[in-house]
Amino acid sequence: MNQLDNFTKGFFKESPTFTLLLGMCPTLGVTSSAINGLGMGLATTFVLMMSNIVISLVKNVIPGKVRIPSFIVIIASFVTVVELSMQAYLPSLYKSLGLFIPLIVVNCIVLGRAEAFASKNDVLSSMIDGLGMGLGFSFALTLLGCIREFLGSGKLFGITVYPENYGMLIFVLAPGAFIVLGYLIALINRLRKA
Amino acid sequence: MHYIIIIISAIFVNNIVLSQFLGICPFLGVSKKTSTAVGMAGAVTFVMVLSTIVTYLVQLYILNPLNLQYLQTITFILIIAALVQLVEIILKKVSPALYQALGVFLPLITTNCTILGVAILTIQKEYNLLEGTVFAASTALGFGLALIIFSGLREHLDLLNIPKGLKGTPIALIVAGILAMAFMGFSGMV
Repeated sequence: MNQLDNFTKGFFKESPTFTLLLGMCPTLGVTSSAINGLGMGLATTFVLMMSNIVISLVKNVIPGKVRIPSFIVIIASFVTVVELSMQAYLPSLYKSLGLFIPLIVVNCIVLGRAEAFASKNDVLSSMIDGLGMGLGFSFALTLLGCIREFLGSGKLFGITVYPENYGMLIFVLAPGAFIVLGYLIALINRLRKA
Repeated sequence: MHYIIIIISAIFVNNIVLSQFLGICPFLGVSKKTSTAVGMAGAVTFVMVLSTIVTYLVQLYILNPLNLQYLQTITFILIIAALVQLVEIILKKVSPALYQALGVFLPLITTNCTILGVAILTIQKEYNLLEGTVFAASTALGFGLALIIFSGLREHLDLLNIPKGLKGTPIALIVAGILAMAFMGFSGMV
């Protein structure tokens, strides 16, 4: 497979968020601001890329029957690495992402790519696949975060664009997440057909 | 009184799906029919209570004394995965009827983030074993409530004339948003 295609498919064609609807919990839960979305996306990218690399390296050693539990252990190790480093170097981001960091373990995207791609392909393609999918996921999260932050509090990446009291608070709260994502998917479906 | 507050808070005010955003995948995935939603809600309740009790005991008697708190994520997910397998095997032998009803949902539950989420939250909130069990059971009830209401709404949606671009997932997400708004009415109750 062409490596460039392999890299870019995660952004639009096979975007985990917009077409496959995987990893919905962090997508909705942490995107109350653009910076949180980006942080969560990058953390997931790291886990996705590293676990893809390791899984494609050891895929011939692991017996088929215990495949899934072994993948989960590998993924959980990298999540712990991310969790500890984020706690040490980015404590404020760690605090605002909270529970969603350990929950990267059960993000369907990570296990999905391990099972569907890394367990069948060589190391380089798996790494590029993980990186592409991860960045596609980050892109989706950041986009959603930007829209919600802009409509809800009048800011973009924490920089005030218009006064906060004109913002519609509902977009920062839970219902706004569902509604913005709903319209975003509708728009993307529309663009895809055109 | 203390327990009543935990129950009301977990079911309505901090509903796991509609205000905490955990378990969105099954919430969107198995809510097309009310009957499957009921099955999923039952399976989640069962596994959630069981796994919260086991992970709590492991945290208290193994991880804390050995100072291994940083292994929490790995340990918990392995316990949950093993537990789900175990429940599946036992259920198949003991109660084939129940297995028929819940069977297909059990493998999906391992990657349901509500289970791991509640196990970690119980530790973070420093509940004792009884509080943790009550918390897990009522969170599962809240999940079931949201799932069953939503599946009822989606069954109705199928009969309506929806603009083409919004059909399927987009309209389901928007309806979920409106449902979340309704649940926001409970905020401030506790």
